[in-house]
Amino acid sequence: MSDAPKEIMFAQACNMAMAKAMADDPKVILMGEDIADEQGGGVFKVTAGLSAQFGTDRVRSTPISEQAIVGAAVGSALVGYKPVAEIMLMNFITVAMDQIVNHAAKLRFMSGGQTSVPLTIRTTTGAGTGLGGQHSDMLEAWLAHVPGLKVVAASNPCDAYGLLYSSIMDPNPVIFIENTPTYFTKGPAPAPDHVVPLGLASVPREGSDISLITYSRGVAACHAVAEKLAGEGISCEVVDLRTIAPFDEETVLKSVAKTKAAVVVHEAVKNFGTGAEISSRIHEELFSELKAPVGRVGSGYAPVPFSPTIEKAWMFSEDDIEREIRKILG
Amino acid sequence: MDDHQRSKALSDTQMADKDVLIDIFTRADLIMQSDIKFRKMIGAGQLQIVYYPVRGQEVVSSAMMAAINQEDYLVTIYRGLHDQLAKGIPSKDLWAEFAGKMAGTCKGKGGPMHITHPETGVMVTTGIVGSGIPIANGLGLASQLDKDGKVTVCCFGDGATNIGAFHEGLNMAQVWKLPVIFLCQNNLYSEHTPMAFATSSDTIKQRGEGLGMRSVRVNGNDASEMYAAAKEAVEYARAGNGPTLIEAMTFRFHGHLLGDTGHYIPEAEMEQALKDDPMPILRQQLLDIQVSEADIAAIEAKNKAIIDEAAQFALDAPYPPGDEYRIDVLDVEIAA
Repeated sequence: MSDAPKEIMFAQACNMAMAKAMADDPKVILMGEDIADEQGGGVFKVTAGLSAQFGTDRVRSTPISEQAIVGAAVGSALVGYKPVAEIMLMNFITVAMDQIVNHAAKLRFMSGGQTSVPLTIRTTTGAGTGLGGQHSDMLEAWLAHVPGLKVVAASNPCDAYGLLYSSIMDPNPVIFIENTPTYFTKGPAPAPDHVVPLGLASVPREGSDISLITYSRGVAACHAVAEKLAGEGISCEVVDLRTIAPFDEETVLKSVAKTKAAVVVHEAVKNFGTGAEISSRIHEELFSELKAPVGRVGSGYAPVPFSPTIEKAWMFSEDDIEREIRKILG
Repeated sequence: MDDHQRSKALSDTQMADKDVLIDIFTRADLIMQSDIKFRKMIGAGQLQIVYYPVRGQEVVSSAMMAAINQEDYLVTIYRGLHDQLAKGIPSKDLWAEFAGKMAGTCKGKGGPMHITHPETGVMVTTGIVGSGIPIANGLGLASQLDKDGKVTVCCFGDGATNIGAFHEGLNMAQVWKLPVIFLCQNNLYSEHTPMAFATSSDTIKQRGEGLGMRSVRVNGNDASEMYAAAKEAVEYARAGNGPTLIEAMTFRFHGHLLGDTGHYIPEAEMEQALKDDPMPILRQQLLDIQVSEADIAAIEAKNKAIIDEAAQFALDAPYPPGDEYRIDVLDVEIAA
């Protein structure tokens, strides 16, 4: 369509992916707190208009009951539905961890493959907006550690569209992490049939001196640093994982085999974060070829602070990334 | 009329239904004999498994499952042998899974606490107390959306009503009027703790009522009374009226798991419970309605043969190859 917008917001991209999935497959249903239009179409309006289009049988506002929401998604997924459960904020996922970890992730295995749980849990999070300790944690490492779960995080509207569609259609349980602070950031619009396969990283910026391996909001930060350092003749390659678990080892190792240096960057707390796993895998495969040990950038070892001064000091930053790159390249 | 009188009145009309009682007895006897055999074989070292005895609770699930069809769904818990057999899982498949064998329902990957058998509607067995309740809602939601007329039976114990999932789950089921029957098999003990010690309400039924749900409390050990309550709840759900909480009073004759002597159960309480053993009572009821001793003995002999064959099959069957751990984690095999 010639009048289609050239740019869309991240939140819109998610909305469009769900609309396409629902139109393509009558077994796709949505559940979550306040998600139907009568309740506002979601606190961030990500599901706005979908209940009007597909009806409240398929787009269901729920009680504030995260265990019940995920449980209903698990049960319906066992018998042929492709439910998309919205957990309003990622911290609320902790309330539903039993359903996610003990059931969604394990039922395929424990049933010997007789059943499967093709559900998607959409959730959003991200620090930097003064929400304090219980509304903005990045908890992807908890979920990535669970066999049987896929964990996905998009960094731009186009990927969000293609990845969310793939997540909904995937035969495995998928946690799809959206980023609240960048919900209303615009990016190039996808073609309607745009799909991004799960498990495939992208290399949005090629470089030769060092690989910056990242995902979600880290991608924009790495691009900014790469742009700045390019002026000094430092060539950074940016790898956007897109799927955090299982991650695309082939693309990561290929990039680092070329640059022989790497920094893993994420917003989540650095200690025991996904960066530790990715860094380890690089060391296991490429240790002797590296110019220096793989660096890691993440946020500080503390709950997300409230006051802007402390939150800023705690949070991962472009300065941290730049410092780490300079340290590695000596 | 209270629920007990009401179900009793209903059951008086059901009592005449000889075929139903024979059906319930056939299932219940299979359960009783299986439980005895499992305990014997584990005691003799022939099987090394964690086992949660079901002796005493046979009639509750047999009467419940006699009131539904094979294609209806069941979600149950780690103490689930009685529910699984009553729902119709073939004994050989079930025994092999309990023994961890490749020929088991779940290729030996689930074990006694995680039995699944979709062919007979057994969709989930969970080892986490109360967790089946939210999942049962999802099965009910699918049936409601598909208008397939199926009901989901969700079994749990009195202890599960003290966990959050029970309250979240029953609330949602009632708000959405889901075709789910929440069958609380109240055996008066949550693991080692008596109900009065850890449960604030006098009955579980009250908790269902507090959530606005149709709730009944019956003697689950009385086949006719339990069947009448089950049938009524099933018809209510199939008609689109929504869920029912059935609090079925029963008793557990052995400890929480095999090896637990049940020392915390007062002697007098156990003595009374054994006097009220539902199995000889049901057997006598069959004789009372003119089922012959020979016919009953034939049922028992047939069950024994099924169990003996299943137990031998489970012992003889091969274990799964170690590499099976890489299969069924995701839809594709995990690389070695």
